[in-house]
Amino acid sequence: MQAVSRTDYDGPPDYRTVGRHALLPNTTHDQTERYNFLAHLNRHLAAEVLPGVTAAYQSAVEPDFRQRHGRAPADRHEVRRELEGHSLYQMWSALRRNAMEMRQQSGLTVVLGQLRELIERSAALADRQRLQLNPALEQPRYLTAVDHHCMPGSYYTERLERDVSAAANYDSGLFVTTAGLLGRLADGGGRGMVAFLRKLRPDFAPQRILDLGCGLGHNVLPIAAAYPDAEVTAVDVAAPMLRYGAARAASLGISNVTFVQADATDLSAFEDGSFDWVGSIMFLHETSFPALKRIMAESRRLVAPGGLVTHVEQPRYDAAMPLLEQALRDWDAFNNNEPFWTKLHEIDLDELMVAAGFDPDRLIHEGVHAIAEEEGLVDAAADEVEDYGRKPAWRITGAEVAA
Amino acid sequence: MSEDREQPPLDVARLAGAKARGKRPYFLENPDAERVLSIAMAIAGELAVLRQRLDTIEELLESRGSLTRAEIEAFVPSPAHAQERGRWQQEYLARILRILQQEAEAQQRGEEPTSAEAGARMFGE
Repeated sequence: MQAVSRTDYDGPPDYRTVGRHALLPNTTHDQTERYNFLAHLNRHLAAEVLPGVTAAYQSAVEPDFRQRHGRAPADRHEVRRELEGHSLYQMWSALRRNAMEMRQQSGLTVVLGQLRELIERSAALADRQRLQLNPALEQPRYLTAVDHHCMPGSYYTERLERDVSAAANYDSGLFVTTAGLLGRLADGGGRGMVAFLRKLRPDFAPQRILDLGCGLGHNVLPIAAAYPDAEVTAVDVAAPMLRYGAARAASLGISNVTFVQADATDLSAFEDGSFDWVGSIMFLHETSFPALKRIMAESRRLVAPGGLVTHVEQPRYDAAMPLLEQALRDWDAFNNNEPFWTKLHEIDLDELMVAAGFDPDRLIHEGVHAIAEEEGLVDAAADEVEDYGRKPAWRITGAEVAA
Repeated sequence: MSEDREQPPLDVARLAGAKARGKRPYFLENPDAERVLSIAMAIAGELAVLRQRLDTIEELLESRGSLTRAEIEAFVPSPAHAQERGRWQQEYLARILRILQQEAEAQQRGEEPTSAEAGARMFGE
């Protein structure tokens, strides 16, 4: 181990630098410091503990496997099962799982203590024309089987009438896992997509934009701000996310987004060719295989001639990606309630897009990373710490559609 | 708001600690060890919170000579001070998770003799 000399501070920013808006839950001094501790714990696990796990795999776990089997591990599942027997991996995993549980408990403590005020504030702020809820919508099975990323009650649970707690918790504590890499308003993914589209089509001014699985709208807001003349539709199945999202958008001065409660697998309320740009950002991995096929079909149906479709996800597990990296990226699938994560990343999305009717000659493949764009925060591209599956360095799979 | 007051208060402590749906994975060989680890990390987190609160109080007293609880709640460290507090967190985690660093180093160093083995080798039984 070389001596550590730190001339520059490379840790997470203080939580107090998080972007403010009218809906963001207030935190006491100690609640703030709980978030700071957890952001540091996550960073420590990624920057200091994980390299030891990787080294242990290379120097002990993998050679040991070769000796016993007379061959290298054949796939990421074999690698994962071998890792699961190693004590450093076990400790890293136990700590990582705990960090997630502590983050959820900390966030819910912040939110539930002021939930009635948050509900009143969101009801007062949201433009009613910009919030279309459908109480009859049934939550899809891909969401109800387990609570995604160990978030008790998932996105959709209503603890009180007109609830926003799931979204407030998500928004309040997102900093803990992303440590500023997504920017102060956690909108770096949306900023990255704007930069991508401006480069791909400098003169393209989409008039109608659809964001699938918008959550509380982190990423759709910079897109709406970049194309102020566009009419933006953001859909999600969870009412608490949409209520909060509509109010948050209003408080940030964004008035061209309508938040609609709908399942991206069935958007029959919208006519064919209703949108110039159809997109999703880190949404597909929280669905399912049958849902994915329908989402692709709906994307194709809803995009207008001359428009484009983009789906942003973590990179695919292809032959070029080392099996160890694949196994580490799979951690959230097996240990953080992201059950579709592992399957999604082995699927060839191109095939699905072509099957859904997109032109194989006009597919889009591009890397995109979150742009933090603010002083004191690091863009994901410049961050050297790899936190497999958590780092906001993504792939776009998409297609352009003939005019 | 008046009708809200008639509703029973939320049991925040219980609801915030609720279990997420989905069977929890255990990673360590012994689930009791994992239980204790979980408790130790929660205490480690609370200790970090307390230390930062003390740092806030010291800063306020040093710069203003007095303090109120409201000032503690509203406290925002200067960028340089925030970095100092961040460095403390990094060093703190390195201290409490020392054993993991040492195990990783042992892994890289390969076989090493125990003290008894080294003694026996050098000086006989």
